[in-house]
Amino acid sequence: MAEAHPVGFQWVVEAKKRGAEIIHVDPRFTRTSALAHTYVPVRAGADIVFLGGVINYILSNELDFREYVLAYTNASMLVSEDFQDTEDLDGLFSGYDPEKNVYDQTTWQYQGQQHTAQDAGDAAEDRETASGLEQESHGPPIPADVPRDPTLRDPRCVYQVLKRHYARYTPEVVEQVCGVPPEKFLKVCEAWTRNSGRERTTALVYSVGWTQHSVGVQYIRTGAIIQLLLGNMGRPGGGVMALRGHASIQGSTDIPTLFNLLPGYLPMPVAGTHDSFRQWVDSIRHPDQKGFWANAESYAVSLLKAYFGDAATAENDWGFDWLPKLTGDHGTYQQVLDMIDGKIKGYFLLGQNPAVGSAHGKAQRLGMANLDWLVVRDLFMIESAEFWKNGPEVATGELVPEECRTEVFVVPAASHVEKEGTFTQTQRMLQWREKAVEPPGDCRSELWFFYHLGRMVKERLASSQDPRDRGLQALTWDYPLYGERHDEPSGEDVLKEINGYDVATGAPVPGFTALKADGSTACGCWIYAGVYKDGVNQAARRKPGAEQDWVAREWGWVWPADRRTLYNRASADPDGRPWSERKKYVWWDPDAGEAGEWTGYDVPDFEKTKPPSYRPPEGATGVAAISGDDAFIMQGDGKGWLYAPSGLIDGPLPTHYESVESPVRNPLYRQQANPTRKLYDRTDNLVNPSPPEEHAEVFPFIFSTSRLTEHHTAGGMSRQLAYLSELQPAMFVEVSPELAALRGLDHLGWATIVTARSAIEARVLVTDRLTPLRIDGRTVHQVWLPYHFGFSGLVTGDAANDLIGITLDPNVLIQESKVGTCDMRPGRRPEGPELLPFLAGYRRRAGLDPGHHTPMLTPPED
Amino acid sequence: MPSNSLYGPLDPAPDAGYTDAPPRMGFFTDTSVCIGCKACEVACKEWNGVPDDGFNLLGMSYDNTGGLTANSWRHVAFIEQPRASSGAGTDTPGAFAGTPAGPSASAHSAVVAASAGQDTGTDPGVPPAVDALAAAGTVAPPGPQFLGMPGHDLPGRIPDAPRTDFRWLMMSNVCKHCTHAGCLDVCPTGALFRTEFGTVVVQEDICNGCGYCIPACPYGVIDQRQGDGRAWKCTMCYDRIGDGLTPACAKACPTESIQYGELSELRERAATRVAALHEQGVGEARLYGHDENDGVGGDGAFFLLLDEPEVYGLPPDPVVPTKNLPAMWRRAGLAALTMAAAVVVAAAGRRR
Repeated sequence: MAEAHPVGFQWVVEAKKRGAEIIHVDPRFTRTSALAHTYVPVRAGADIVFLGGVINYILSNELDFREYVLAYTNASMLVSEDFQDTEDLDGLFSGYDPEKNVYDQTTWQYQGQQHTAQDAGDAAEDRETASGLEQESHGPPIPADVPRDPTLRDPRCVYQVLKRHYARYTPEVVEQVCGVPPEKFLKVCEAWTRNSGRERTTALVYSVGWTQHSVGVQYIRTGAIIQLLLGNMGRPGGGVMALRGHASIQGSTDIPTLFNLLPGYLPMPVAGTHDSFRQWVDSIRHPDQKGFWANAESYAVSLLKAYFGDAATAENDWGFDWLPKLTGDHGTYQQVLDMIDGKIKGYFLLGQNPAVGSAHGKAQRLGMANLDWLVVRDLFMIESAEFWKNGPEVATGELVPEECRTEVFVVPAASHVEKEGTFTQTQRMLQWREKAVEPPGDCRSELWFFYHLGRMVKERLASSQDPRDRGLQALTWDYPLYGERHDEPSGEDVLKEINGYDVATGAPVPGFTALKADGSTACGCWIYAGVYKDGVNQAARRKPGAEQDWVAREWGWVWPADRRTLYNRASADPDGRPWSERKKYVWWDPDAGEAGEWTGYDVPDFEKTKPPSYRPPEGATGVAAISGDDAFIMQGDGKGWLYAPSGLIDGPLPTHYESVESPVRNPLYRQQANPTRKLYDRTDNLVNPSPPEEHAEVFPFIFSTSRLTEHHTAGGMSRQLAYLSELQPAMFVEVSPELAALRGLDHLGWATIVTARSAIEARVLVTDRLTPLRIDGRTVHQVWLPYHFGFSGLVTGDAANDLIGITLDPNVLIQESKVGTCDMRPGRRPEGPELLPFLAGYRRRAGLDPGHHTPMLTPPED
Repeated sequence: MPSNSLYGPLDPAPDAGYTDAPPRMGFFTDTSVCIGCKACEVACKEWNGVPDDGFNLLGMSYDNTGGLTANSWRHVAFIEQPRASSGAGTDTPGAFAGTPAGPSASAHSAVVAASAGQDTGTDPGVPPAVDALAAAGTVAPPGPQFLGMPGHDLPGRIPDAPRTDFRWLMMSNVCKHCTHAGCLDVCPTGALFRTEFGTVVVQEDICNGCGYCIPACPYGVIDQRQGDGRAWKCTMCYDRIGDGLTPACAKACPTESIQYGELSELRERAATRVAALHEQGVGEARLYGHDENDGVGGDGAFFLLLDEPEVYGLPPDPVVPTKNLPAMWRRAGLAALTMAAAVVVAAAGRRR
């Protein structure tokens, strides 16, 4: 966190000054470790064993916050008799389909709910469209009458299922798989549990590299299970904090740049499944279900009204047919492969540098070299604009500049100080920025670019009779223009549209509860409704923290509804009283209002006047079905999920699979790696062999990549600046003294790092901050590389992402880019065309001949 | 109290002739919360228009600017330090306990790094050997304290230290703005002057590049820029603090490791912080440069350190060279008197 989020880390330092204990778990000793009380070196890719061990410690010592667990989680719900665990099936859950490599999820359901499950076909489609998690975030269809056992003794209740699942994740197994000594592991368990409960809370903080695994979603799930068991969710000082990697990456999922989402986490409709507005909306709101997603129709209609204005009417389903529909995997990696295959002709890159910053750099560059046109909007001439003339493939002869067919348009962009707008940070807080200076020369804001691009496209298509252009023609595009040149739309006008307004009067809506499904409101993103409440830019509030209480609600604006902590109903007990005076946050005040109200330091994440004693009447649905003690109001059953009966492609419980490339045979199960991972099995996307396959020893070391404080991601904003470049001026690889001795690497000398995809060179830093680990009885070495370097800029170097292949998590299609295997050798890599036979030699030795496939299901060993 | 202004405690601005001087301003750099982000280095360069140091991978942990030079007025030192002790004094005791970690490589790496050479575009810049020795010295097992002086053994030949208890120290160094500033005392042109805030500033339009200030600084801070010849160093952002603004480095520091304010108040704050750290079991926390009775009369920029000053490359007992001026003059005077007396005696003798 100190490395990649130094400004946010000030709060950790402040907490430490006030007595908080800081524990840092990381494959390498970083600037964060330097400030932590306890540093725990672990093997990259073994996190589920580490955290599963914590779960086992909690459950076997009954250290869970029992009242919280009973009231607010699904611990007491009974799971189908047919469910079989990975412990029973050697690494597979029940329902695996070896043809489609996904699960029929019928047996995972709660008792009596099997009919609601997804079959393998549904699951396979969900994987293609990255919509598995929508099932979870939108709540699955779960009626209220799930059988429960409040004593938690029934062997089929979630609590017992969980306990059995993690029983094998003992401190000894943690040592065997993660390389963490039991004493040290137990110290972490003790600290975490001691500091959780009624009086205390613990926060789990991760940086987004944690998600970049073939089991990335399950990593986060494991953390969430611990935090639910210990009662750390919805309470001050608790939670699972995802530190987003860029200034407004949270904002770019809320109002998404993702292929599978529309604003406010409304799913992108899928062709053949959501052919009508009704089918689409009902798949979000599930008519019989409880929770706030029941109002999804209001959000959806308001979004379409914002898009299409007067052209959106009840008669034409609010223009639903004009929305593009998904036909499969349109994720960023599939697109790159489609470019290589000539299926995609044009590409916009906006502040993104995939030639350096995305996994499998070579595939990225060769894909971009096979387009008709490429638009690069950036501050500088980045590698993604120059790959065709000085990329590594030009050196090897795989790309000839004169023959590269892609026409590259570089459009200079305005920087963040040269334009106004909001950043949405990791806490979901929108903060308004003013424009400090005019952008120089031809540099313009993204808002300017897209406004005028849209305007010109609309002008070109104004007289088109083609039905497919109807949506573009109907798009509302009437933004007033300002500025010295009278050509710049106002960010504040856009924010007003995002907030939503009454169509008749134009008055901003006060919040999402005011949105209507009858077309009388328009709203660009329902979860942001309220950011322009009362006609005031709430995101621009900047009252200093010292002048208000500790929750500081007058700084910025947090979605939804300005709630600083989500699910904060859980900060009070089922009767609405604070769990403790010390951790008081939101509570029920029976004397407030007419018949009592929720009140507290934060905006209660609950209906203001619904008393804790409220129980829904028989047959209730939607918001009315939320019971007075259902703290997790967006969930279909109102509960925090220890066990996910649906929504996840790869299983209802996190279970340990080795990373796709690992020098270690999975010590827990026959199944080596995630059996539902998203594979692109192609000759240009080879995977290093892992046990039990042969030749894993060709790539014996583990490598991981991440960021340095001194640079920003692919370096486009930092390697162009002298003051940052001088601070980390060269590509390097960090190795332990032991590995340096093993492979004859000299401090400040050169090393070559090799995978099946590529070989790169880097200067060697021999440092005590890396250590070998003892894994399953043998010594395993890990190396670390920054991924900031590329071939353009003031300081240059080989790109670490060239080492990485494309294998994705099945739930959200995130790439496994934080762990892989490699070989290390002293000296520089072969240059020019010599590199190709060098790599071919490695592939041959690794058995990666044409026709080689790693089976998804690990075959039985003799 | 001394009868002159060359050593001992005093308030430098009034001493320099300012009437109604504002309170003395200073920096308190608390290294116990430094995260090594280098925002101070960058903010300093941005505000003051300081050139870069060149793009050299130095291999000195994450330090690639090498030290305080004419082109780096803030410098963050990184010290990778395996501890031979039981882990006392480290936040992360037993960091690598239980792993198959062998002996430390820090000393060896530091020596390699120092011999790699570095061109900071300044003179004398960063003399490499001192850093190599200092870094090597930090891994010395219990025994004679390393004093920053060449030892009997060659650097890198210090016995291997275990790295069970590892820590990574970070420290943002800066000009100390001494109460008795050697650089200022020896400057023949008046380019260096004492400001009303008690800080020491070089006037770039007056400096003639004579370089007298360089050996006069007991900390080795002030330095000349090649091709320019003039001496440059931290001004404590004289052009900001005069307008009531915080110096750029302190403003940019995310963790309040660099604190700016009235020196007297900072000294109180520092004493409280040391006491708090001692209470938390960080027994080796100590202040550096806070003592008015030290060899420079106390620093305007002082530090909280987590180890001996030498570990950070700081002199353990800096003395302003001009401290000896009165004694030198006394001795010179005595010699002159003796000479005169001898002449008198000789003359008297001849008369006899």
